[in-house]
Parts: sequence; C-alpha cells; structure tokens
Amino acid sequence: MKQQLDTALGLGAVRGPIGRIIKIAMYALVVFVFAGPLLALLVSAFGRVTDPTKLSLIPHDLTLDNFRTAFDQGVLRYLANSLIVVGGGLLLQMAVSVSAAYALARKRFPGVRLVLFLILSTMMLPEEILAIPLSLVLADVPVIHVNLVGSLAGMIVPVGAWAFAILVMTEFMRDVPLELEEAARIDGAGDLRIFWSVILPVCRPALGVLGIFGFTMIWDQYILPLLVAQDSRQFTLALALRSLRADEQVGTGVLIASALLALLPSVVVFLALQRQFMRGLTSGAIKG
Amino acid sequence: MTSAPVREGPAAPTGPARRRTTRREHPARRGLPARWTRHASAWLWLAPALILFAVFKFVPMARAISMSFKEVRPYLGDRWVGLDNYRAVLGDDAFRAAAGHTVVLAIGETVGSIVVGLFLALLLEGTARHLWFVRTAVFLPTVTAMAVVASLWRIIYYPAPDGALNSVLGWVGLGPAQYLDSPHTSLLSVMAVGVWRGAPYDMMIFIAGLAGVDRSLYEAAAADGAGPLRRLWHVAFPAMRPVFAIVVTLAAIRGLRIFTEIFLLTNGGPNGSTEVVMTLVYKLGLERNELGIASAGSMLLLVATVVLTLLAQTMRRGRA
Repeated sequence: MKQQLDTALGLGAVRGPIGRIIKIAMYALVVFVFAGPLLALLVSAFGRVTDPTKLSLIPHDLTLDNFRTAFDQGVLRYLANSLIVVGGGLLLQMAVSVSAAYALARKRFPGVRLVLFLILSTMMLPEEILAIPLSLVLADVPVIHVNLVGSLAGMIVPVGAWAFAILVMTEFMRDVPLELEEAARIDGAGDLRIFWSVILPVCRPALGVLGIFGFTMIWDQYILPLLVAQDSRQFTLALALRSLRADEQVGTGVLIASALLALLPSVVVFLALQRQFMRGLTSGAIKG
Repeated sequence: MTSAPVREGPAAPTGPARRRTTRREHPARRGLPARWTRHASAWLWLAPALILFAVFKFVPMARAISMSFKEVRPYLGDRWVGLDNYRAVLGDDAFRAAAGHTVVLAIGETVGSIVVGLFLALLLEGTARHLWFVRTAVFLPTVTAMAVVASLWRIIYYPAPDGALNSVLGWVGLGPAQYLDSPHTSLLSVMAVGVWRGAPYDMMIFIAGLAGVDRSLYEAAAADGAGPLRRLWHVAFPAMRPVFAIVVTLAAIRGLRIFTEIFLLTNGGPNGSTEVVMTLVYKLGLERNELGIASAGSMLLLVATVVLTLLAQTMRRGRA
C-alpha cells in the first residue's frame, strides 16, 4: 500500500492499535498541559474554593458564591471598564488603520517611503520601553495640554495607532482592483464616497483580521492601564486581578472567578473569529 | 490557513514602485494644482495615525533621550549631566544583574518556545478534524491576557506540597518544589510560563511554514529511502529557514522588553532573582522618581532592540 505523505513526519499514516494509542496519549498530554489550566480555572470558578492550593478539573460543590462576592468587590465595574476600553480602542484603531491604509495603498505622494519607515519603526517602541516618558506625556499631552491620567480615554487613545493593523490593512487594500475605484471616479465620486462605498465593503474580511488582533492586543494591555489608572475606579479587570490577589480577605475563589471573567471574552472572540486570526497570523507573521 | 505561505516579515514597502506601472493618471487631474490637492488629501488620510504615533511614540522617545542626559528635577528645572546617568546605570550591580536575567529569560523563552512549538507543530500538523480541535485547545494560552496567565500560574505554582503543580508532579513521584518562592527556581518558573504562552504561537507559524513545503519533495525523499527524521532534517527544515528567522527575531525582541509577566508573577523577587531591566526601570522611574537614570536604562534596552532587529534583518537578507 502506498502511503500518502501529506505531513513532515507522516503521522497521519500511523496505523495499528499501539500507534493509535500513543498518538491519542500525546494529544491528551498536550491538551492537558496547554488547555488544562484554563479549564481548571473555569471549573474552579464555580466550585467552593477555600484555600489557594486547590485548582480542580472535576466539578464538585457547584456554587455561584465566588461571582457574588466578586460582584460585591466591584468586579462588574472593572469588567465594564475593560469593555469600554476594548470597544473604544478597537473602534478608534480600526478607523485610524483603514484611513492610513487608504492613503498608503491608493495614493502616490512624496514621502510615502518615509511614512512607511516611521510606522515600521514604532514596532520597536513598545509601551514597556517608553513607560517612563509615556507617563509624563499622558499627564500633559503636548500642544493641547490635556491630562489623560485618571481617565479611561488615556487607555483608549494611545492604542489607536498600531503599526501591525495599518500594515495588514495596507497590504489588503493594495489587492483591491483599481478598476473598481476608477469606475466610481468616472461616475464623479470623491475620495470619501469611494473609500466608504467601494473600498471598505471589499475590505470586510480584513476588518475581521483587524478586529480579532486588535481585541486581543487591547485586552492584553497591562502597562498602559497601569500608568493611567489613579484609583480603583479606573481599574480594568487585568489591573484588578493584582489587587484582588493582594487582598487576603476576598479569598482565592473570587480571584479565580474574576480571572475567568477576564479570560472568557478573549476566548469567545478568538473562537468566533478563528479563521481571520489564522489568516492574520500567517500573512503578517508579526505581533508587535 | 494551511495553504497560505508565511511571508517574510511585515508588509514590505514595495507599493509605489509596483503601482506606478498599473495606475493610470486621470487626464483631467493632471497639472500642478491637482497634484497638490491630491498630495494634501493623502496627508489628511494619514493624519490621525501620524498624530497618534507622534504623541504616543515619538514624543516619548525624544523625551526619554533628552531625560537620559539630565538630572530631572521637578519645579527646579533639569540639569544637564552628560553621560552620568548611563555611567550610574552601567555601574549599578542591580542593573547588570537585571540585564543578565533579561538576556537569560529572552534566550530561554525563545529557544524553549521554538523547541516546544516545533514539537507541537510536527505532532499536530494535518487537516483532520480532530487535529484542528487539539490545535485550537493548545492555542488558547496565546490569546489569554497576560494578567490572567500570571494569576493562574501563581495559583498553579502554589508552593505547598498540595499545590496544583506539586500534586501533579506527585503523581509521577517528583518532589514538591518552591517555584516562584525560591531564588533557585524562580527564573526557571517564569521562563516556563513564557514558554507555555509562547510555544502555541510558534506552533501556528511553523504549521503555516510546513504547509508551504512542496509535498512531492517528501515523496521523492521517501522513494530514496529516507525515514521521517531525515525527511524532516533534509527537506522540511531547509524549506522553513525564513520562518525560523521570523520566529527567532520576534521572540527575542519580545523577550528583551519582558515586564508584565515579572511584574505580576514575582515583581523581581525573591531576593532580586527575577529582576529584569524593565521592572527595575519601572521601580527607578515611577517609584523612586529617578527619571534620568530610568530613561538611560530604557534607552540602553531600546538600543539593544534596534541592534537585534537590524542584525536579524541583515541575516535574513543574507540568507535569501
């Protein structure tokens, strides 16, 4: 029998009971190692967790107490803050990205290379490295002299421009056939009309890529909220996890329940937009 | 997903040259004023992005450079101190130790993620439905926010004998460990969390790379009597060289700026055993208000990042 070699190791061709068992054991092992901890978080959040040693994969003693106590601790407010930041940040990021990409992909102008270079170079300037001066800038934004410290806007506006999103969008818009645009131009449509009713509809798949990557990136933000939040009223869920942990009174159950709330949105969004995620991962192959 | 080959790096700026040949000038719009308005409109479309980058990336960078040469004194005015801040940073044992930990972590997490990611990719490559399910489950750590990952692993690492990981290790007869609480194991424990979260990401890129390998080469190698391992070594790996280059570069750059993991898992402890450059800079700048010295530390890290990026770029070009 001729084997078909469609993978490097040809594991798909492994037959026989022993080979099967080994393969299934390996799959079970990697799922246990990588997804097990997250599953334990899900299960334990609904269990009675009395001390910090117990993470359980098997549900017992089901209860909603952890969530009730967590809500008493104001976790709903932190969740709301997180959702406001990710919603606002994502909208801004997508608007900024499609706008910049339209110019980069569809217009010819002197300085386009310099602009691309500047955008690429911001990938080497993450919030971590700029943390100290960024905190000063946030407290007194140049030219307009606004203080963003202590407001959710301070967590939203800085994530608006993201090199990865702009470059992915630019790449995509370059592939939109020029004929579409020219036909509209001959009909007398201006830039704005063309952008809104010709380019954007064609780019809908790319907007999905931006959406999932932007969501994951903003949801993962830590240092920016850390620099911006002044007190617990502006805490995002990510920030709140640290203070919940430090609070001996609330107990591990509450921490686990809150961590689950911080986990679920990103998992749900990932599962819903998985195809777009993989496309972005393999076309851009970057996450800056 | 499986059919798209991994492209090298971010979108290459090849646009203008390519478009020049395809784009037809509209006759009515030729001439200087028309061109001028067209340029102006391009800058208008770009304005939001450029303004945001200027305010939140380039202005902070400029201020970091300028502060790194000054003693920053609020209300008194800054004082120019030349290279004193850099001397203070480089002469500081704590900073040198932190730089060492940063490099160890960056290398460890990069290599660990690549080895584990490659193992996962080879195990889970293929189009079968059950493989897709396993891949999705394995990938979840990568989309989980770092704050959640850190909270979860602090519980898993709970150092009591009946802590979660110690219980699991107990099943296979391994003794309880202290993990984050002992200076001997803390750095390794942080590294393991980084690999846990980084390996699935590498796995996906490797799988995309493997999908781009010509299938007929496998057949030819098999016909020549090459076993799976030699097929891997002589056919698959050479074809994936650019993919390795991307993964290494990205992981190394991510590793250098490591902050959130440390801040949340150990905050540099115990006994400074996991202090990295960014946690030290954060403490210097925002807790002790030594803005000048902290900026000098950030600048050194930035220089390291830029050098690493350029090095990777030239290496990639040299190979191609």
